[in-house]
Amino acid sequence: MTKLLDVENLTVTFPTRQGEFHAVRGLSLSLGQERLGIVGESGSGKSMTGRAILRLIRKPGLVTADRMELNGRDLLAMSEKEMQGVRGQEISMVMQDPKFSLNPVMTVGDQIMEIYRFHTGASKKAAYAKAIEMLNAVSIRGPERVMKSYPHEMSGGMGQRIMIAMMLVTEPKILIADEPTSALDVSVQTQVLAIIDKLVRERGMGLILISHDLNLVASFCDRVLIMYAGRVVEVCEAGKLHEAKHPYTRGLLGSLPRIDAPVKRLEVLQRDETWRDAESVSGRV
Amino acid sequence: MTDMTHKPTLREWLMTDTPTSRRHAKFAAMYTGWLTLKSNSMAMIGLGILVLLVLIAAFAPLLAPHDPFVQNLANRLQPPGTDGHILGTDSLGRDILSRMIYGSRITLYIVTLVALIAPIVGLLVGTVAGYAGGWADTILMRITDIFLAFPRLVLALAFVAALGAGIENAVLAISLTAWPPYARIARAETLTIRNSDFIAAIKLQGAKPLRIITRHIWPLCISSLIVRVTLDMAGVILAAAGLGFLGLGAQPPSPEWGAMISEGRRFILDHWWVATMPGLAIFTVSLAFNLLGDGLRDVLDPKDGGHG
Amino acid sequence: MSQINIKNLNVWFGEGEDRVDAVKNASFDVPSGASFGLVGESGSGKSTILRAIMGLAPTWNGAVQVGDFKLGRKRPKEFFKEVQMVFQDPYASLHPRHSVDQVLGETLSLHGFKDIDKRIMKLLDDVGLGPSFRFRYPHQLSGGQRQRVAIARALAPDPKVILLDEPTSALDVSVQAEVLNLLADLREEHKLTYLMVSHNLAVVSHMCDATAVMQHGEIVEILSVEDMRAMKTQHPYTKHLLDSSFGYNPSAAQMG
Repeated sequence: MTKLLDVENLTVTFPTRQGEFHAVRGLSLSLGQERLGIVGESGSGKSMTGRAILRLIRKPGLVTADRMELNGRDLLAMSEKEMQGVRGQEISMVMQDPKFSLNPVMTVGDQIMEIYRFHTGASKKAAYAKAIEMLNAVSIRGPERVMKSYPHEMSGGMGQRIMIAMMLVTEPKILIADEPTSALDVSVQTQVLAIIDKLVRERGMGLILISHDLNLVASFCDRVLIMYAGRVVEVCEAGKLHEAKHPYTRGLLGSLPRIDAPVKRLEVLQRDETWRDAESVSGRV
Repeated sequence: MTDMTHKPTLREWLMTDTPTSRRHAKFAAMYTGWLTLKSNSMAMIGLGILVLLVLIAAFAPLLAPHDPFVQNLANRLQPPGTDGHILGTDSLGRDILSRMIYGSRITLYIVTLVALIAPIVGLLVGTVAGYAGGWADTILMRITDIFLAFPRLVLALAFVAALGAGIENAVLAISLTAWPPYARIARAETLTIRNSDFIAAIKLQGAKPLRIITRHIWPLCISSLIVRVTLDMAGVILAAAGLGFLGLGAQPPSPEWGAMISEGRRFILDHWWVATMPGLAIFTVSLAFNLLGDGLRDVLDPKDGGHG
Repeated sequence: MSQINIKNLNVWFGEGEDRVDAVKNASFDVPSGASFGLVGESGSGKSTILRAIMGLAPTWNGAVQVGDFKLGRKRPKEFFKEVQMVFQDPYASLHPRHSVDQVLGETLSLHGFKDIDKRIMKLLDDVGLGPSFRFRYPHQLSGGQRQRVAIARALAPDPKVILLDEPTSALDVSVQAEVLNLLADLREEHKLTYLMVSHNLAVVSHMCDATAVMQHGEIVEILSVEDMRAMKTQHPYTKHLLDSSFGYNPSAAQMG
């Protein structure tokens, strides 16, 4: 399997009044043509990891790593200009809420076409054809009509599909999806995930799915990193998540209510201070 | 090393996340705000200038080298640096520095009164209009619009002309023209606050509108009003000076800064310092208010998460 | 005996052409001491039912009875002593400038209690927050702690019924477990009746005895928790929701 992304010992630090805050501490991961999940609770550093890879952490936040390579090229050494070429064209990101990611005063079609033309310099006509093709790929009916409409005319599920179409129009090698479905209703979630799944498989992409939802990651991904307080506490195959060993992972699984297995009381996670300081488990293969 | 009961330092006591009493919690919240303000050096400069202004006004009789009202025609229009008159003398031979020191009292008087009247009227009108909605909102806001439609100084001029010249009437006139923007801000804030869950929650405890407005909406409006007031103070000082300059504010021989400029303008080409010195004072104090206002915005504005 | 009885409830927003019917002809019954769930997706009208009961939705008709109260336009003060509500987002339901002490103290004094100090301590203890939390401001609390304060506020007047509007959807799963356990304990201790809105069927199946499934403002099915666990559903939409709640399932993606 070719390594698309290779990260070693990634740290994200923010200065605060109380001293330095380490949002991510010593994270290592590699990504091939696979679906990698990152799960954790709020504040675990999972979203920061995605942003750090795209170098989207603003000052005074600080990103360091022993290695952060995209196809063997050092991401940390790139200029901001080179990074703009990487973002969107080689690594794309889908965020939680399409409402905040789409420009409200531009039509959907213009936004998709602009991104495509910015990265490829294609003609208007070619961009239009490509945009229609992408909207078809994310199962939007009547793409010609959707191209002419504005984001506020779309439902949440439609918006997120448009977002995905926009992010994939440049045919990136890697897609980072940060809680792509948590703003959506369950029935729409499945459709959106199915679309991501299909595109990732067909195009041989690498996917990093960042989520708080253990069940979703376990059923959707190939490999899962579990993060706690900025560190990776466990790495396992997604199918075997329910056999996870780390007490934190076990605790999280136990605290979920289940329709098929009723309990009188839910298990309460007993946090252990040692988890915070333990070495980060490497997610490189 | 056997001292197990570690007594917290004052700083630790103030920085705590677990306050032990109502008073403690208030102090701790204020201290955090102070730290944010302190980290903004421009705001601290502004605050320093204003503290200095208050001190100068308080100790004016001790600081002033001369009586501000005593005339000495033999000694008129002396340039700065003259023996005994660091900033020179005016057309009646009065010491400019002493007059400016006493003038700071008038400036503070105007600023304090306007800062008390205008935002409170605005807050009342704005929150009532915003919370009540319907016809009360329509009537109150149309009245506000009428006031807003006139240029501020022209309206103040009209008021002073009707009420008679003098410093109290100038303050009243400026306040009457200054409240509408505060009413607008307070109404806009109220409209967003009144639909929030915490207002719904207190309604479910059976709270009446009066309590909701005064206890729950006002505390959230006040911070943005304070910021706006501080930023507006420069304008208020200039308006008061403007009225003084036109002879409608403070009356001679009062050492109000605007009136001093007005007197000095006759000699501005030959004796520039007479008008320039009070002008510099107005400029400095206005700037100080603006700097402080900018800093306060960072501390008080809940939307920017000053407490984050 | 039924504690909450709702018959043919309609709730709408706007008038004339802009009229949006949020709830259409909803009827259900919650026995005293029971816990009843309302599930559905966003826009299905489930939260609107709670807001209509509490008097926070302006235009509605139908028969709503809670305890001895037959509800009309206005809610009498005594109503709020018996019926309280916990909101979805603990970051929005607490006043940002009020300390825990102020929130609980004001609530208690509004309900006419005299021994406020003692009651604040008791409430904090009830929801599992120690006395050290009493003088903190919301920004010094985590999401779970805030929701506990909101629950304490709802408990303050000693109500018989608490309406829960997605009380854990803004919280992490480990915190959700703590809050759900707390709610279960409180229900037992204070003999409460719950009406709980959620989009999460697992949460509802854990907390409730029976649940109504809503779609587009209508109740499509009312089923018991046993039927839900056995996947015995009448309506295809209920089945679809149940299927989707087990994580990603490629075959379910063909539906809808």
